[in-house]
Amino acid sequence: MTLADDAARHGLTRVGARPTLPIYLADVWQRRQFIYSLAKFRIESENQRNRLGMGWVVLRPLINAAVYGVIFGILLGAGSRPEQFVSFLIIGVFLFEFFSSAFTQGAKSITANQSLVQSLSFPRLALPLSSVLQRLLLFIPMLVIMLVLVVAFGTAPHWNWFLIIPLTALFFVFNAGLAMITARLTVHFRDLSQLLPFISRLIFYTTGIFFSFEERFSEHTTVLRIMDFQPIHEFLRLGRSILLEGAGYEVPTIYWLYATVWSVVVLAIGVVFFWRAEERYGRTD
Amino acid sequence: MAAPTERHPVVVVDDVHVEYKVLATGKRASVDDVQGGMLQRRNARRTRSVHALKGVSFSAYENDSIGVIGSNGSGKSTLMRAIVGLTPVSQGAIYASSRPSLLGVGAALLRELSGERNVVLGGLAMGLSLKEIEERFDDIVDFAGLREFIELPMRTYSSGMTARLKFAIATAREHEILIVDEALAVGDKNFRDRSEARIREIRDNAGTVFLVSHSMKSIRDTCNRVIWINKGTLMMDGDPAEVIKAYEATTK
Repeated sequence: MTLADDAARHGLTRVGARPTLPIYLADVWQRRQFIYSLAKFRIESENQRNRLGMGWVVLRPLINAAVYGVIFGILLGAGSRPEQFVSFLIIGVFLFEFFSSAFTQGAKSITANQSLVQSLSFPRLALPLSSVLQRLLLFIPMLVIMLVLVVAFGTAPHWNWFLIIPLTALFFVFNAGLAMITARLTVHFRDLSQLLPFISRLIFYTTGIFFSFEERFSEHTTVLRIMDFQPIHEFLRLGRSILLEGAGYEVPTIYWLYATVWSVVVLAIGVVFFWRAEERYGRTD
Repeated sequence: MAAPTERHPVVVVDDVHVEYKVLATGKRASVDDVQGGMLQRRNARRTRSVHALKGVSFSAYENDSIGVIGSNGSGKSTLMRAIVGLTPVSQGAIYASSRPSLLGVGAALLRELSGERNVVLGGLAMGLSLKEIEERFDDIVDFAGLREFIELPMRTYSSGMTARLKFAIATAREHEILIVDEALAVGDKNFRDRSEARIREIRDNAGTVFLVSHSMKSIRDTCNRVIWINKGTLMMDGDPAEVIKAYEATTK
């Protein structure tokens, strides 16, 4: 009897083999406390040595918004500046920050954690998930500041505002899927992590964060039509439609459908794409 | 040949070969160095193949405590990493009854945070639940002897303290198959004795332990079987005293 037969007879399985997708997802679910704690502790760890500590979790986005406000509001002057420009800008900047940080940091979640991947066994999907969860945890105070600032600049709170919760959940799902895709791609092509910040910047400048896409391109219906399907644009418009009042901010309800479809599809692709290479993460050879 | 298998094998290594490419300078080549591309052509010519494991086969059974000895570069660590599944095998296969673990919780720890936080994080990384960690927390801290320091950030610990905490966290969980790679050499005699005792405990609880070490004393004290790897081949596999004697004969 060969060794292989002996192994089979005793029910031993091949080491390093990738589990089936349902088992894999069950494993990931089982590790949810680890995923959450890793996210939370990393935030704490990053802010440990700062004098203001966790205060930066709130300060960073505030200063960020102030800087953009000054540059685009005062220095660059009125272009296609929509009403309630400050609130418009803040919502755009904060939502975008959630996307771009999840996008660029999520891509590094495997390559920046090689030692972790090489020494412990756990479903590697936990890493991009934890990375995006970290961004979500940082987004929540930003959300609160966003609401406070929007009220401060003159908009009254509205029952509609509760819609921000499903929007955030969808956005999280979308970003998680993206992070999984880019995390695996970065493992195969490190160079991608050099490119991603530029892609992110490109999207930033072309998504109507500090100008209103609808006003700027009101004549070019094809451009508007294309942007209708651009996911970041959809999320931003949905965010603004929830929080701001005014005819310019209303958004066709179908946008919710687009956003949902984008999120679910990207997540599904991300999970499968990532899982397929599960055996290969952490190999040094 | 071996007696009929009434004992349950937990790890079966079946004619395993591991080969990888190395740059002529002796540095391990990664895939990037070997594949083409404008800037890699020079290096690609100077790679050669290293046959790290040449047809190793053996079976490990429940309750075995297997010492792995061999000179530096003999392939011991490569074999251990292959057993855990981190290094791909070029030929042959390795089978196990459950996923073997390397004693490597250190990578999950965040030095900026307190020892206490890290016990939680390390425990979760290994697969324990928060409840289990809470139950074992005191044991872990006392085993590592860090009761007074556990609230301080780990970056203030000495290397010995860090190593003790890592070991304590890593062995807080029942491992069916555990690989300990020279981690027992740290700490004072007191700690070494306790860690050896813990390894024996793991073995007694129907676990299987592989201990890679250069300390023949540790191996004699903890192992019931020793395998000797030299230049990628399995030289001897059997009683600790015999194998160690044969090994030491070649190194004198």
